[in-house]
Amino acid sequence: MKKLFVVLVLLLVSIFTFASSLKVAFIYVGPVGDAGWTYAHDLGRRQAEKVFDGKVKITYIESVPEGAEAISVLKSLANRGFKLIFTTSFSYMEQTAQVAKQFPNVIFENCSGYLKSKNMGNYFGRIYQSEFLVGIVAGTMTKAGKIGYVAAYPIPEVVRGINAFTLGVRTVNPRATVHVVWVNSWYDPPTEKEAALSLINAGCDVIKSETDSAAPLQAAEQNHVYAIGYNTDMRKFAPTHFLTSAIFNWGSFYTKTIKEVFDGTWKSESFWGGLETGIVDIAPMTDLVSPQTQRLVKAMKEALENHTFHVFDGPIYDQKGRIAIPAGRTASDKDLLSMNWFVQGVIGSVPK
Amino acid sequence: MNQDMITSTVSGAIRAGTPLLFATIGEILTERSGILNLGLEGMMLMGAFTGFAVSYNTGNLWLAVIAAMAVAGLLATLHAFMSITLRVNQVVSGLAIVFLGSGLSGFWGQAYVGVQSPSFVNFKIPLLGNIPIIGEILFDRDPLVYIGYLIVPLVWLFLYKTRYGMDLRAVGEAPDAADARGINVSLIRYIYTIVGGALSGLGGAYLSLAYTPMWVENMTAGRGWIAIVLVIFAIWDPLLAMVGAYLFGGISVLQFGLQVAQIPIPANIMKMFPYLFTIIVMLFTSSERIKKRFGVPSALGIPYSREEKG
Repeated sequence: MKKLFVVLVLLLVSIFTFASSLKVAFIYVGPVGDAGWTYAHDLGRRQAEKVFDGKVKITYIESVPEGAEAISVLKSLANRGFKLIFTTSFSYMEQTAQVAKQFPNVIFENCSGYLKSKNMGNYFGRIYQSEFLVGIVAGTMTKAGKIGYVAAYPIPEVVRGINAFTLGVRTVNPRATVHVVWVNSWYDPPTEKEAALSLINAGCDVIKSETDSAAPLQAAEQNHVYAIGYNTDMRKFAPTHFLTSAIFNWGSFYTKTIKEVFDGTWKSESFWGGLETGIVDIAPMTDLVSPQTQRLVKAMKEALENHTFHVFDGPIYDQKGRIAIPAGRTASDKDLLSMNWFVQGVIGSVPK
Repeated sequence: MNQDMITSTVSGAIRAGTPLLFATIGEILTERSGILNLGLEGMMLMGAFTGFAVSYNTGNLWLAVIAAMAVAGLLATLHAFMSITLRVNQVVSGLAIVFLGSGLSGFWGQAYVGVQSPSFVNFKIPLLGNIPIIGEILFDRDPLVYIGYLIVPLVWLFLYKTRYGMDLRAVGEAPDAADARGINVSLIRYIYTIVGGALSGLGGAYLSLAYTPMWVENMTAGRGWIAIVLVIFAIWDPLLAMVGAYLFGGISVLQFGLQVAQIPIPANIMKMFPYLFTIIVMLFTSSERIKKRFGVPSALGIPYSREEKG
């Protein structure tokens, strides 16, 4: 009896696996309704879904807790015949690697992690390049020469973004300063708003948000200062003062990866794509930004895409005015991934 | 600290404190009747979601506020049914309300992510609003903040100066004695659990309709739990609740003011102070004598049943 049952289950599973087309799954760290990080990934998933229109079955599981639960979710997906699984947070890296070892025939892709194996790749976008471009916009728009930056946590990824942004600001406005406040949360709309208001009270006339919700943009709109968003195009939240946004375009990467797996050409890699891959971008600038500035941003974007220019090309000075990256050198990826110091022009500190 | 920073901190304290204030006042009423409702976070989320959805679909802000209160009150009714009629463990029931509220609001709310709806704007009160500094801080606010100002003295008067308030306190302190005096214990507990829920819904609606006018999942970000702490902080007193709510709000605002001014007090330390103070209050109120004096509801969390009294 027991044997029969096992055979039956195996049969069912195999039918299920072979009969269906490629099955792809996403696990999200937050709710798709967060309007920020997970929302951006879900936009990407939906874009891929549209491209493959029925040929590929794509599902997602949201708000998956980190730790043991993520492992059981990943295992059950692999057991149910999913052949490609995206885990969209750094906090899933270890779990993904562990499950990938047990399911060599399933392909795993982990976002913003660094572990890699034969059937597991990792991916992220060089959002700091977009930060540099929106920095140029901020630098030309500020009249007070003071720009407010609402930042989440003092980790290298965020510090890098602030530095790139500031370098962008200072290419057009060498005396302007970027004032940083740490919210110490990725996601707490009222608190994010208070952080923005404190910057506006201190005289900042452009607010750049880096946290997940659009609350800082609302604060800018209400107080008639300019707003720059993050993650997705957030213009709806500051209709009359929105300038642009540093955005992720996960859809292009998801479409590319699914196609590679579908065609059997997928290879494990550490993908850290820049503007040229389309995974990161700058949202269309509004009419508030002069055509001249728009042209400049476009030119800089092209230079970054062609690698004729890098955001962290020396000479770059730190906050104390000491040379941090000498002329003729450019920061390596390793430097970028461990960045824990601010460039000249940033007012604020990296808590140690 | 210059004058600007003080004005903006006080003004921010009221803004950040208002959602806490509504939820805390609501929970005070509920707990005064002897019912512990830990479901504030869930009820606030349902209030925030319902308020936003109604405002988006009808454009009527006051209707949105009423709907938010009604839906949160409905959730509280469920808690009341479980803890008063079925006499289940109130902690468990409260936690269930949290998960129910955050789950349902997240599920139904998906369609409302990233859209804009009408929201409350500041309304300057004539004359009072023209007083320098104070006018700007206190009397140039959105209508819900004014409701917050009014609700505190009203609830205080109600609790201590009316017969209904006395009945409520009697039920929370000595339900059997209240019962013997002919007070309907279950009815009173039902009423104030629902009223408490409705007020926490108002706190949620303040977030999605005035503070950060949008809907995103879990936008309360733990404020329901802070309100539960505030009830203890305030020793179940509405006036102290106001002090506590604005103080908690003020600290959450001040941490950014200090960062901008480059004053190096770590945010984590700042955030700790109110809780530290709450622990001190708890130690202070642990003696029976002091409990009596401040009217801590001694029947809090204990289901009442007449049969057992024999």
